[in-house]
Amino acid sequence: MSELMDWRELPIAGVVTPETATPLHTGGWRTGVMPEVELAACVNCLLCWIYCPDSAITLDGTTFTGFDYDYCKGCELCAEVCPTGAISMVEELA
Amino acid sequence: MKELLTGGEAVAHGMRQVDPDVMPVYPITPQTPIIQGFAKFVADGRAHAELINVESEHSAMSAAIGSALAGARTMTATSSQGLALMAEVVYIAASMRAPIVMALGNRALSGPINIHCDHSDSMLIRDSGVIQLFAENAQEAYDFTIAAPRIAEHPDVLLPVLVCLDGFTITHASEPVELLADEQVRRFVGEYQVPQPLLNVSAPATHGPFAMPDNYFELRRAQASALDAAHDVIALVGHELKFLTGRPMAAIEPYRLDDADRVIVALGSTAGTVKDAVDELRAEGEHVGLLRICSFRPFPAVEVAAALADVTTVIVLDRADSPGGTPPLHAELAAVLFGSDSTLRGHVYGLGGRDIHPSDVRDIFAGGQPAYFGLRGDECLV
Repeated sequence: MSELMDWRELPIAGVVTPETATPLHTGGWRTGVMPEVELAACVNCLLCWIYCPDSAITLDGTTFTGFDYDYCKGCELCAEVCPTGAISMVEELA
Repeated sequence: MKELLTGGEAVAHGMRQVDPDVMPVYPITPQTPIIQGFAKFVADGRAHAELINVESEHSAMSAAIGSALAGARTMTATSSQGLALMAEVVYIAASMRAPIVMALGNRALSGPINIHCDHSDSMLIRDSGVIQLFAENAQEAYDFTIAAPRIAEHPDVLLPVLVCLDGFTITHASEPVELLADEQVRRFVGEYQVPQPLLNVSAPATHGPFAMPDNYFELRRAQASALDAAHDVIALVGHELKFLTGRPMAAIEPYRLDDADRVIVALGSTAGTVKDAVDELRAEGEHVGLLRICSFRPFPAVEVAAALADVTTVIVLDRADSPGGTPPLHAELAAVLFGSDSTLRGHVYGLGGRDIHPSDVRDIFAGGQPAYFGLRGDECLV
């Protein structure tokens, strides 16, 4: 995140130009639970990858590999849509 | 060549010559002759703006913001209740730095409902961050209309500019007005260049973003600095325009201030009345003068202080009250004169279009008049 600017440095009228949100590690917003996978039960349907609102499902090519905890907010959608119960939410240790 | 025009017609001619791209507008007395005149120019092919018949003044200013930020030179006009309805969006226009030019036919705010002149509508949006220029007559309303786009669109300013002309007294009264040639105006205003066009798909941007407590204060300060920058730009544009018109245009007009011991400070058409009274009193050997404030926002405090440096008594005429507080122009003068040796007194006058005559001005110079001048039953003398 960029440093706060003083009033002379801000763009006129506060106009915002596009920037990447990649440096914002929103995974820090998770409160309590995180997804975990039992890979043996995964059928690689990629429903979790389709549903994840934070693009936090990691793939190797087209093969499910796990979660990117830098961006996973712990919303539980992946565990909800997983047809085989391979994904479960577990308590996150502080 | 001079033409006999009302102030409204003169502004409509100014708008025709500036030839804006877009004009979203809603009719209201006493502004209507302006847009009526301009609409006729469009219908006759003498102006080329897209006229947008919006459903309210709130929409007029909203459309004007989008249009101005997209890169279209945009003008509109309103009065009184129209400005009150528009007020929310006027603040947004200023904060989005949209260089819209708006003619304001000054009219008293309701209630009671009234259609005649005072400055309560202007004062309603005093702190919105827009520039407000007060014309003394139809000629100046025309001159300001030509100057306004240059001030509004200057890269250091980028703010809405209001050309304020007293309702009926200026909007509807006919005077000889000298118009520039169309070509002169076209060259003077030039092409409108918007710094970051709203619809530029190759450089997308978010205009009017949400500002949290970590940035709101800074953005407000930046906006205030644009009004500070407008001081110089008004002087510059006024200087340039004078080359074409031969008429001075500046933030203040000192009138017969040499050796003046009593000076009236006023806005708008009343200044013309004061000038007549000053001339009469000067002919009788009295040392009186007038300081007319042409730019109320930004307020030219430095120039005002300098102009009044040797004046014993400053008399402020406010055509708007601030119930429970100090009237707006009086408050500005109190701030400017704080710590000086001048005596300051003020009168609220002319609300809802009550006339003021040269004989009234003579009485005001003489002193011992009510704080609410021209009011029946006021015994509070100043």
